[in-house]
Amino acid sequence: LKASSQPPYISTILLSHQHHLLLHFLHYTNQISPHLLLPHHNIPLPLISRFRSTSQPVAFSASSMEIDAENLSATELRLGLPGTSSSEDRPKKPSPTVGTKRALEDTTSEASGTGSAAGEDQDTTTPAKAQVVGWPPVRAYRKNTFQAAAAKKAEQPGGLYVKVSMDGAPYLRKVDLRMYKGYRELREALNALFTKSLAAAENGGDHQYAIAYEDKDGDLMLVGDVPWDMFISSCKKLRIMKGSEAR
Amino acid sequence: MSEEDEDQPPPPKRPRASPPADQVLDNVLETVLQFLDAPGDRSAASLVCRSWHRAESATREAVAVRNILAASAARTARRFPRARSLLLKGRPRFADFNLLPPGWAASAFRPWAAAIAAAAFPALTSLNLKRIPVTDADLELIARALPATFLELSLLLCDGFSSHGLASIASHCRGLRVLNVVECDMAVEDEQEVVDWVAAFPPDPTDLESLSFECYGYAVSFDALEALVVRSPRLKRLGVNQHVTLGQLRRLMTHAPRLTHLGTGAFRPADGGDEGIDFGEMVTAFANSGRGRTLVSLSGFRDLAQEYLPTIAVVCINLRTLDLSYAPVTPNQIVMFIRQCFNLETLWVLDSVRDEGLETVAMYCKKLRSLRVMPVVANEDADELVSEVGLAAISRGCRDLRSILYFCQSMTNAAVIDMSRNCPELKVFRLCIMGRHQPDHETGEPMDEGFGAIVQNCSKLTRLSTSGHLTDRAFEYIGKYGKSLRTLSVAFAGNSDRALQHILQGCSKLEKLEIRDCPFGDAGLLSGMHHFYNMRFVWMSGCNLTLQGCKEVARQLPRMVVELINGPPEDERTEDVDILYMYRSLDGPREDVPPFVKIL
Repeated sequence: LKASSQPPYISTILLSHQHHLLLHFLHYTNQISPHLLLPHHNIPLPLISRFRSTSQPVAFSASSMEIDAENLSATELRLGLPGTSSSEDRPKKPSPTVGTKRALEDTTSEASGTGSAAGEDQDTTTPAKAQVVGWPPVRAYRKNTFQAAAAKKAEQPGGLYVKVSMDGAPYLRKVDLRMYKGYRELREALNALFTKSLAAAENGGDHQYAIAYEDKDGDLMLVGDVPWDMFISSCKKLRIMKGSEAR
Repeated sequence: MSEEDEDQPPPPKRPRASPPADQVLDNVLETVLQFLDAPGDRSAASLVCRSWHRAESATREAVAVRNILAASAARTARRFPRARSLLLKGRPRFADFNLLPPGWAASAFRPWAAAIAAAAFPALTSLNLKRIPVTDADLELIARALPATFLELSLLLCDGFSSHGLASIASHCRGLRVLNVVECDMAVEDEQEVVDWVAAFPPDPTDLESLSFECYGYAVSFDALEALVVRSPRLKRLGVNQHVTLGQLRRLMTHAPRLTHLGTGAFRPADGGDEGIDFGEMVTAFANSGRGRTLVSLSGFRDLAQEYLPTIAVVCINLRTLDLSYAPVTPNQIVMFIRQCFNLETLWVLDSVRDEGLETVAMYCKKLRSLRVMPVVANEDADELVSEVGLAAISRGCRDLRSILYFCQSMTNAAVIDMSRNCPELKVFRLCIMGRHQPDHETGEPMDEGFGAIVQNCSKLTRLSTSGHLTDRAFEYIGKYGKSLRTLSVAFAGNSDRALQHILQGCSKLEKLEIRDCPFGDAGLLSGMHHFYNMRFVWMSGCNLTLQGCKEVARQLPRMVVELINGPPEDERTEDVDILYMYRSLDGPREDVPPFVKIL
């Protein structure tokens, strides 16, 4: 792709320092096709900066393109020099604990505070800004320390206790849904909690029981239909029902 | 000679034979120069004449090579044979922000380690390295070469070594007093291969006065650490890493009640709560150490359990340094103890304290001299937690301020001008407006007037870092008024070469210049030709320099080592230069040049 066939508004975008316009351009080009992006070396521009697209998938709505860090680095618009072995290409070091000083994780900074930028809104008219290498001038170790902490916090927002009632059992129990990784563990836990009642039920001849839950709208639903994460977020109460009632 | 005088009759009057005049002078000079400490004074003395140079070189004990590539180990050893302490600085500072590819000067320290091992520095007791890649082999060499006499090892922002290197030092250097490993990027090791270097200290009582390993990524055996502290009666400074829990810290504190500097590790009780550490116990621990009034510095808090933070209030009265830069403290929390910190001189916090927190600091910490406000989220898009309000409050409250590093999302000229007027003693002003090219957010104007006021009103300013939207006018001010400036850091600023010309022609004391992503070209660079030999280094990356301009500099200044980093490969015909890093050197260009570096 020769310099002459560049979209005409490139120089205006970049000279006017409007970063979000630059990203509109990236957005635009990603929709066309990766290989139509400008090659690195044909941009003679007065202001040379190093940009690196974020690896956040929600920033771009290109449907066919698989957007992850590796592909984005192939399509990144770098206004640097040809053959520039920029710092982005260095292999990442695994980290023993909190963060590696040289981890190239500028792109993961969205994990923390600026939740909205990385957030669920799929409207991608304002994608997150491309991260510039080494800016702001904070050592990577410090940056990573807080990203790790924020990520940890996001993973554990506290216990999610729901009441569990079993038909015929005198007392209800409570379980923390976050303790379990899936339905099987939940079933095993409930088994353990209600062994006595289950044994009593068995004596009555009815071996079947079903686990149901009450969701946000108050409807009684059978456990196991939806993915676990969705289940956790919508379950308000659990109920172990005798097989005969479940049918 | 004296025997002759006794046997024979006294010869006719002639002056008694005495050592040559040079030697007398040298002896006198050496005796006098021993009292000269300041490096600047020593440099000046050595330039007077040859005999002063000789005398000064023979007596210099604290040798600093602030750019390790500027002079070789052999040359330094020849000139300063009596060096007792060696300070070496390596990479340029912008390497901290991933602007320099790794492996740039990977073996810079090797010749020094070899020289030390070859007894080139026989009096060496103390080694201080900053931003230098150090390998385990280097540390082993040093440890084995100077087992009895080596007293101090300080590694700041170094990399490349691992627990094995530390173990060498610990096990061989019997007289070790100081082992400080600060903000280092240690080599990653397999979990099984990590050596417990704390356990490597010999079992006898040690002379340790300072032990700091807050950045160490692996857990050390707590029993070994506790035993070490117990048998180190002289220990004054202890900085533990984030694997040391609050309960463990309390135990260490009981063994070392006379600590002056404490790095508190995680400041969180162990998971599982079997430690039995509660708030009151922690307060007691601090009260006991505070009773001696020795504790003056606290740092660490690497995984802060917020509810325990107020336990430090007991010692706040004596604190001079408080480093909370790894603890996202809120305004409500800081209020709980900052009121007692009226002796505080150095405070490092995160912007989580917000403007309200800074206002509280300004109200109570009247003796504050150095403040750093670092960002929790170091991102241009992050929420604004501190602003010009905090800066203005600090400037009104802390008139003695000497040094400030302030990260924010936006700023106003008015606040910066206020600071320049309220804090005329400022020596370091580093303002980082994280949004690039951000103007004054109230007036929309560039930040020229603010920075101009700083250089104009703070006549003692030696270090300046700029940010925000700046035109050439800002640099006109800097060149005109920044006569004491020694370090200048510029990013994403300026309109044209005029700015760089202002800097290079105006700042006559400039020693270190770091520029990134500014529209400066060859004309600007060449305007500094008269001054480059007086500088420690010049870094320009992402600017508009060309090969031709850099070649011109190399041609006119043969003693400058002009390095082009990340340049185009040989077959590419382009003229652009990505990174220019140049420095004066007595020993010419180095030999271990990696493939991405070209030396002109």
